[in-house]
Amino acid sequence: MIGTGISVNSITARRRHPLARVAVVALALGLLGGGYALAAPNGSTADAAIASGKADDVAQGKSLFVAHCASCHGLNAEGTSKAPTLVGVGAAAVDFQVSSGRMPAADAGPQAPRKPRAEWVTDDAVRDLAAYVQSLGGGPTVPSAEQVDAAKGDPAKGGELFRANCIQCHNFVGAGGALTYGKYAPPLNPATPTQIYEAMVTGPQAMPVFNDSTITPEQKRDMIAYITHVRSQVDPGGSGLGRIGPVTEGLVGWIVGLSLLILASIWITAKKRRAQA
Amino acid sequence: MDAPPKAIVGPSTFVDDRLGAGTFLKRNLRKIFPDHWSFLLGEIALYSFVILLLTGTFLTFWFKPSMGEVTYTGTYAPLYGVKMSEAYQSALHISFDVRGGLLIRQIHHWAALLFVGGMMAHALRIFFTGAYRKPREINWLIGIILLTLALLEGLTGYSLPDDLLSGAGLRITEGVMLSIPVIGTYLAFFLFGGEYPGHDVISRFYTIHILLIPGILLALITAHMIIMWVQKHTQMAGKGRTEHNVVGAPFYPAFMAKSGAFFLFTFAVIALLGTFAQINPIWLFGPYNPANISAASQPDWYMGFLEGALRIMPSWEINLFDHTIPLSVLIPALVPLGLVMTGMALYPFIEQWVTGDRSEHHIAERPRNNPHRTAIGISAITFYGILWLLGANDVISANFKIDLYTTTWIGRFAIFIGPAIAYFIAYRMCIGLQRKDAEVLSHGVESGVIKRMPNGQYIEVHTPAAEDIAEHIRGKQEIPVLTGAPDGEGIPPKSARTALGRLRTRMSEAYGTDRVPLGNGHAHDEEHEEEHAAVGAGDRKQLH
Repeated sequence: MIGTGISVNSITARRRHPLARVAVVALALGLLGGGYALAAPNGSTADAAIASGKADDVAQGKSLFVAHCASCHGLNAEGTSKAPTLVGVGAAAVDFQVSSGRMPAADAGPQAPRKPRAEWVTDDAVRDLAAYVQSLGGGPTVPSAEQVDAAKGDPAKGGELFRANCIQCHNFVGAGGALTYGKYAPPLNPATPTQIYEAMVTGPQAMPVFNDSTITPEQKRDMIAYITHVRSQVDPGGSGLGRIGPVTEGLVGWIVGLSLLILASIWITAKKRRAQA
Repeated sequence: MDAPPKAIVGPSTFVDDRLGAGTFLKRNLRKIFPDHWSFLLGEIALYSFVILLLTGTFLTFWFKPSMGEVTYTGTYAPLYGVKMSEAYQSALHISFDVRGGLLIRQIHHWAALLFVGGMMAHALRIFFTGAYRKPREINWLIGIILLTLALLEGLTGYSLPDDLLSGAGLRITEGVMLSIPVIGTYLAFFLFGGEYPGHDVISRFYTIHILLIPGILLALITAHMIIMWVQKHTQMAGKGRTEHNVVGAPFYPAFMAKSGAFFLFTFAVIALLGTFAQINPIWLFGPYNPANISAASQPDWYMGFLEGALRIMPSWEINLFDHTIPLSVLIPALVPLGLVMTGMALYPFIEQWVTGDRSEHHIAERPRNNPHRTAIGISAITFYGILWLLGANDVISANFKIDLYTTTWIGRFAIFIGPAIAYFIAYRMCIGLQRKDAEVLSHGVESGVIKRMPNGQYIEVHTPAAEDIAEHIRGKQEIPVLTGAPDGEGIPPKSARTALGRLRTRMSEAYGTDRVPLGNGHAHDEEHEEEHAAVGAGDRKQLH
């Protein structure tokens, strides 16, 4: 988009083309078929792998990786000029990027946006991919359900950490904000507790890493408790106006408030025009 | 009709004999007020101010202007046990634990936004109709002081809850103070009672916000109204309206009823906003901590233009004798505010100097009939508007997917180019509208009746404009022009002999010369009969 000479409008227009849906389905089927064909040879060792559990995930993950990721990240995840190496990023990074639909990336923009997952991206597929990348060089792992259980966190403590570490980019309620060069801090509303945790430990895209020595796992859970509490909160003062601060308030003040009053002033000073003789 | 009952006659005679209230009321209740919707814009501000006083008083019953640290134990769970200032705690208390507290807080804040908005709309109406001209210059200056005080009142007001967003504004206030050469540091230490943020600023702002500024505002608003009352309101040009009369409805009962109804409208709109639109959700911002800052930290809208100036300013600074002069803060803080406020304050006097006009004006001018003034006003609005917009550049960037630096660079160019383009467009529009007026007077308005001539030509019959519209158009006032032309002996007038004098006469000619005199349509009176046919022929093109 920026620098490619393709306007966002033309992409949107193409995306809304009547044949776009057919094309996407065809592409997804093709990818599924291709993925299956590559995965099929491993079927012979399936029984043994299921028995041992982990080996199977890794093998499945590798075949998925070769089908969907290798074109940019390299056949052995060693990285190419298009994308970085994935050795050592850990299962948490894979789970975050793939489960949120950011990877596989649609195009090389300044930032990969959150988007609906491709059809092949099932929870199992994500787990397999994560296991494969984890087997390459370790790294942060996917947090347990207990680690991200908002009910076990302290939202007040989490709020203080959230204000100290997150809101300068993500805004005071996690509504998102702008960064430089077309990048942005995405809104936190669609993120699952697990994804929030993984984002902190892996630092995806423009985000810094908040590892366990900076913010302990308990503190991360407190922050998740705060974020999920605040985003599900009903605004006590009426419409939240997007919860992005005084900009929308000013807009409403002028467009609704002053306009209504000007209409009222026109109304009460209006005169019935006498018919011309 | 029966005589009034004794219970009324007794006390009223008592008051009348001692204060002369009867004569006063008799004289003033019949005061005539001209009727036009734009004359009510100032009342938006006036009535918002009344609402601000009432709701503000309610808020002071619970607000504690103290920066002492306390631990929150109120009902808002996500802040339970968090350390905060007493001011923030009491603002949360008002929002969550005082019955109706949140509603009153929101009404107070919305009223503040509309107070400044109403003032600004009112000031623009005055400017574009030339209602600041003699004898109303003093009232215009009072209005500008009111507007400046309202900005200060807003700043001190939204700083009081001591939440994270207000703290960001306070930090910028401190930065601006520090950027003032020589005295800046002393000034900041004086206001904050030591190193930022100190322990004094909230209580000091509280006194300024609830006592000092409202007191001055109240006094100046009273003066503003009394002067308006004594000088009488300006009126739009129209039938029977002259510089020496006022045509309209008497204060009692007609104007009072309308004005009273308008108060109810203002209160209704503000109450509606306060009920359905959340404003300044301090509980979401959290308590102030100088180390924290949120994305989308914007001031209330009326400070937005200063924020925008700060955001587009390049990071320039000068190091002089081991002292830094941070132009990147000093220029955006002082220049736009100075340009807008000083420009407004001086405009009546500059205009008088340029036109040499010393006469009194009681008839409001239509904006189109003074094209240069209107163009200057529109260009100032554009200047202000671009800065205002850029104050929200991160929100624009995030929501419209425009690169942040692109918005900054667009702003840096637009701030110079935009007002110039706006000036040109506004000027041309005024001239175009004047031509339309001249045409309406000379040719009348299209009647919608198409006539076929004996030679087969079709023309549209024009009828003369309705009398009230024609009178309104004919109310166009001539702008006086200074003459710089030499007299019979080739000697230019005394005023036009210096370089400044020559510049003045040139500006006067440009400013005042009427490019589209209303009589122009009748300039070729002898052809008048054919004129309609000619217009008809022209109109024929539009028929197809």
